[in-house]
Amino acid sequence: MDRNTTEMQAAQMPDPKNASKRGGKGGSGGKVFQTLLIPVLSIFTGLVFGAIVIAGTDASVIAAYGNFFRAPGTALLDTWNTIALAYGSLFVGAFGSPTAVVQGIQAYLATGDQKALLMAIYPVTESLAAVTPYILAGLAVAVGFKCGLFNIGAEGQFGIGALCSAFVGYSIKGLPWFVHLPLALLAGAAGGAIWGAIPGYLKAVTGAHEVVNTIMMNYISFSLGDWLLNGPMKAPGYRPLTPVIQDSAMLPRFFPPPLRFNWGFVLALVIAFLVYWFLFKTTLGMEIRAVGANPDGARYAGMSVVRNFVLAMTLSGALAGLAGATQVLGIDHWVGQNFSSGYGFDSIAIALLGQSHPFGVVLAAGLWGFLRSGATNMQSMAGVPLDVISIIQGLVVIFVAAPAMIRWVYHIRLARAEAIVLTRGWGK
Amino acid sequence: MATTLVQEKEKKPYSRNRLVIGLVLVGTGLLILLLFGLNVKAGQMASYELTPRGDTNVIPIPRLTLPVQLSIYILALIAIFLGAWQLARGIRSTGALVGVVAFCFVASFLIWATAGKSMDLVGMLNTSVVRATPIALAAMCGVISERSAVINIGLEGIMLSAAMAAVTSATITHNLYIGLAAAILTGAILGTIHAVLVIRFKVDQIVSGTAINIIGSGATNFLSARFLETNIEKLNNSGVFPNITIPLLVKIPILGPMLFENNLIFYLTIILVAVLYVVLFYTPWGLRTRAVGEHPKAADTLGINVYLTRYVDVIIGGMLAGIGGAYFTIGSVGRFDRLMTNGKGFIGLAAMIFGKWNPIGAYAASLIFGFADSLQVKMQILNIPIPSEFLQMAPYIVTMIVLAGVVGRAHPPAADGAVYEKQ
Repeated sequence: MDRNTTEMQAAQMPDPKNASKRGGKGGSGGKVFQTLLIPVLSIFTGLVFGAIVIAGTDASVIAAYGNFFRAPGTALLDTWNTIALAYGSLFVGAFGSPTAVVQGIQAYLATGDQKALLMAIYPVTESLAAVTPYILAGLAVAVGFKCGLFNIGAEGQFGIGALCSAFVGYSIKGLPWFVHLPLALLAGAAGGAIWGAIPGYLKAVTGAHEVVNTIMMNYISFSLGDWLLNGPMKAPGYRPLTPVIQDSAMLPRFFPPPLRFNWGFVLALVIAFLVYWFLFKTTLGMEIRAVGANPDGARYAGMSVVRNFVLAMTLSGALAGLAGATQVLGIDHWVGQNFSSGYGFDSIAIALLGQSHPFGVVLAAGLWGFLRSGATNMQSMAGVPLDVISIIQGLVVIFVAAPAMIRWVYHIRLARAEAIVLTRGWGK
Repeated sequence: MATTLVQEKEKKPYSRNRLVIGLVLVGTGLLILLLFGLNVKAGQMASYELTPRGDTNVIPIPRLTLPVQLSIYILALIAIFLGAWQLARGIRSTGALVGVVAFCFVASFLIWATAGKSMDLVGMLNTSVVRATPIALAAMCGVISERSAVINIGLEGIMLSAAMAAVTSATITHNLYIGLAAAILTGAILGTIHAVLVIRFKVDQIVSGTAINIIGSGATNFLSARFLETNIEKLNNSGVFPNITIPLLVKIPILGPMLFENNLIFYLTIILVAVLYVVLFYTPWGLRTRAVGEHPKAADTLGINVYLTRYVDVIIGGMLAGIGGAYFTIGSVGRFDRLMTNGKGFIGLAAMIFGKWNPIGAYAASLIFGFADSLQVKMQILNIPIPSEFLQMAPYIVTMIVLAGVVGRAHPPAADGAVYEKQ
């Protein structure tokens, strides 16, 4: 099993000598271009498919195509209008309307009144706020990939981290913010770390595949969360949610309400850099990557595969837990049911799109945050269900994982890329 | 000299495995005593209905009434005794040993839960085998796919899509069989996609499976929101397959009502398990499949078409998963709810591993998971002091425990997960 994967890995190592002969640019520039090209084209193709799905399931478009031969213009116009409305509202939801921004600036310059300007930049700030948990959750899955582990449990770790940080946030009173806030963040990271360490430990010691175990932990976390929200952690009242956290535990925001953009974003960027530094500039990080690339070789070189599996999964869980913590402490300030919904699969797509590199993850998370933020507007303005984003997401995952498809469609010459996940079967 | 030879009896070292298992068994026995034995009052009785109420098909047998405290003590003693024996002498078949003690634990839990009450035991057993059906079908899909060394974890996506296809087509055509056919077709299509991605484009098998899960759940949510939830009568109301009673076999006490009063999908599952077992181990096709799974290069040099074998196996697996998806809608509730599979696909994979990639073993494992599933439903009805959310966790925790205990000793097909390049 591993023999085949190492051969495959060796065959797919980047070929610096020939890189300049391929692509438009020479040397490492060509490699960067190739590395960006596939994800960008994957996203574009995914959006095209999304457009087809949106138009193809719209009732008025279907009716118009029923009349196609009598009024083809109407059918095509209808299709275009539907897609334009959907993606237009997606754009407006993500970035805000440019005219509104201009008007807001004019009003501010004229009267000093910030309100119009703030409302105009509200969509952009919401998108940036949405990017924060995606960066951290994407990093979580990426760290797992770097060690050859597929952490599908990001959703459960996110939820547990959110609950832990919310608990520290609302139950401890009277602490100054520079103690309370870090403590709450740490609690979130610790909760996620434990939730990730368990499948990591099971994988390391018994060889049980982390895919199934992390998914089981997800479902266990949902039930556990339900019990906590209806029982010990329930705020007074009828609804299953926690009490609002103390002011001293909230992540400070940049703008007055209702804008929710907060320092969590900066924290996420800093953490991304720290993860990059850890993975690529420290011995421990190198060990993790070595185990990911070739566990047998790493073991032969004296590295403890068991310890690195556990370390990678713990770190991964901690990052996902931190993602949940920033969402609670920065945006919502309380935890309700289905709090972690969607972050699990999204983070997998983000990690794959970012090629498991921290900087790539930041870019991919940026895209995803803006997409998701815009999609809620698309749902309300154009009536397109949010879940179309999941379809686009899944397609993007496929296209990124099968670059041959994109290359075939767009007639791109062969590029070499590192394999991202190496399936190792079920046992040791 | 003869005496020294006789005295040189080989001394086997006291294996750590034996110690651990022995201690775990004794610990379980003590746990039974503490958790259950001490929590019941003396003189309570638990009664189990062994004939479903109102069921006229079966030969009626009287209910089973057990003294609660005594039964729990006996079960605890059995567990402790077996654990002690394991520590002292060691027992060869540790698998059976663990199974027996696990049975003691579950039985004592059940007896504790029904102390002073009455429970329909046959009904619960029936629910177990019925609820095991989708898990078993998912496990079968996994078995045939992995026997040719292709990991398919996209089962959730396949089952959700097949479930939606089944209920929608059955509602539109007012014909459940067309619904079943639609489900099988959907499973075949998604299986083909997975096969093409993995075999032709050499995508990592787990990534491909996850992508199918993402697309499957996303697309079904999308279509459900777009069409099904606003058009329930026209698109989401199919009815279910009726229960078929097998005339003579249903008279058997306990087994009769448990097994022989279920619907088409259930009987189909049992037949498919048997067929898959025979095909896999007693036909040339099965032999080729297993050869491709163990050592594709050797199989290739013998002239077996590795790619074609894998394609066919994965597509057949997809069809099996499609039937599993059909169970959720036209075999159970008659409508589609978002994300209704709820992890059963992954539990099916665990059953496959627990069953050591053998169809009959996988089916037995699915029964265990089905039992855990029906247990948590029953426990909620019985109103025991454990919160329902913890009971909901039970199937998933059982899965993790099973995987942890078994996977190290279960050997997947040797080439499982590896890409095959014809050279």
